[in-house]
Amino acid sequence: MPDKVVPLRQPVSPADAATLTREVAGLIVEALNLDIAASEIDPDKPLYGEGLGLDSIDILEIALVVSKQYGVQLRADSQENEHIFGSLRRLVEYITEHRTK
Amino acid sequence: MIAYRGGAPVLATQFLRDMHRVVRALGSCANVLNACTDRYHFTVGFAATLVAGKVSLLPSTQTPAMMRQLLEFAPDVRCLTDDAACSIELPRIPYPADEAAATGNAARDGATAVPLIDEAQLAAVVFTSGSTGAPLPYRKSFGKLMQCVREEAFRLGLAGTRPWTIVATVPPQHMYGLESSVLLALGNGHALCAERPFYPADIAAVVHSVPRPRLLITTPVHLRALLAAGVALPPTDGIVSSTAPLPQQLAAEAEQRFGTHLLEIYGSTETGQIATRRPTQSPEWQLWPGVTLSSSGETSFAHGGHIEQRTPMCDVLELTGAGRFLMHGRVTDLVNIAGKRSSLGYLNHHLNSIPGVEDGAFFHVEPSAASHTGVTRVGACVVAPGLDSARLLEALRQRIDAAFLPRPLLFVARLPRNSTGKLPHEALRSLVAAQAK
Repeated sequence: MPDKVVPLRQPVSPADAATLTREVAGLIVEALNLDIAASEIDPDKPLYGEGLGLDSIDILEIALVVSKQYGVQLRADSQENEHIFGSLRRLVEYITEHRTK
Repeated sequence: MIAYRGGAPVLATQFLRDMHRVVRALGSCANVLNACTDRYHFTVGFAATLVAGKVSLLPSTQTPAMMRQLLEFAPDVRCLTDDAACSIELPRIPYPADEAAATGNAARDGATAVPLIDEAQLAAVVFTSGSTGAPLPYRKSFGKLMQCVREEAFRLGLAGTRPWTIVATVPPQHMYGLESSVLLALGNGHALCAERPFYPADIAAVVHSVPRPRLLITTPVHLRALLAAGVALPPTDGIVSSTAPLPQQLAAEAEQRFGTHLLEIYGSTETGQIATRRPTQSPEWQLWPGVTLSSSGETSFAHGGHIEQRTPMCDVLELTGAGRFLMHGRVTDLVNIAGKRSSLGYLNHHLNSIPGVEDGAFFHVEPSAASHTGVTRVGACVVAPGLDSARLLEALRQRIDAAFLPRPLLFVARLPRNSTGKLPHEALRSLVAAQAK
């Protein structure tokens, strides 16, 4: 949600963001049994549809990974949902903002 | 009370008014593809289609290839949709804008008589993917559909009781959702819930938002997700699972954590639901009264009761007594991904219809140990020297449901066919294993 004011949080260093991006990409590849390397996921391409080609079952799988690993419960009724799965980068930003573990 | 939308009740009088508005919107076409995503809209559309003497067409998927086949089957078909961004390639009828809910006397004004539908009227044609690329139509009369869900209500303890609320995680466009989330409510005086919650936190919130007693209509995939997600589970008065067998341990955990009993339903697009079991009590399935199974070789046929025609079942079934059976897995060719059914034959047909594909075959993939949902996919080996993975996947996306897109997709020089042109399972498995290294 580009125009939304993000609440103040601990600043995240670029190095931390890169580490988390790699970690989330790795978890996705493992959980979905994708036949690509985690580093091959373009952080700016959509995760579903014609981007990485994921479907709703995959999105559910990712939601479970995210809840188990970071304590973030995704909700479909939040307007942000489509935004979150718009790219790996946005998913990682959302996790960073909402993680409880 | 006929439904809940966003936690607010919808009265039967409102439903009848909405139904007549949709009847007028449907116009003169004889066949309707009801693509409404809001379950209340779908139900209004289904009832309007019936009352107008038209037929609901329920295809197994909404790919462009399937829509072309649907147009051949019924050239005047129109798509009733409540989604402004609907991409279905058929002439569309927009679902009329919702009226503000009337209250008090206004709600009773304009009350119309509840329509009576002839039992013999053709209510729906549902399609299976078939095994050769052509979808197969199955005709459902209104009477047989209602006969089936009256028994379902009895099995679930929802016959002649006070009104329940039914929450479902499955779409209303397939047989399980149509029967258990729409017709079960309409035919037995219960209320359906318009939402189709997806994420575990959403499912828990929607169940929590509707009055008890409440029933959750779901699948092994959603149940597994709900139990794994670490969300608080609201007290629920009954759970139904279908589309794939539920492991006994998962059923026990669901019963314990929701504090209720869980029934599994066995059925198919062709037959509708035909048996139930409570997996924590017995692995045996109990057939609907009047329905019988008979075996011929490996294949079991179901017939009688509400079943319109004698139907071969896609699973290996063992008769254990009068009206009872055990299930021993699927017939090898069958594919079931999170309740979406197809066959390797159907998928192979579409793969090989793509220009540039010289040969290709789908195969079953072993489940990933890292998966929380337990969903397994299909893979494919393909000989297509002029195509890359992106172009091949795009061509497949036009033809088959996205759930069946191959993962992995392996490009090979040739398939290990034997001298008669057959592709032995073992040879294909060795090829896949070699590619994986």
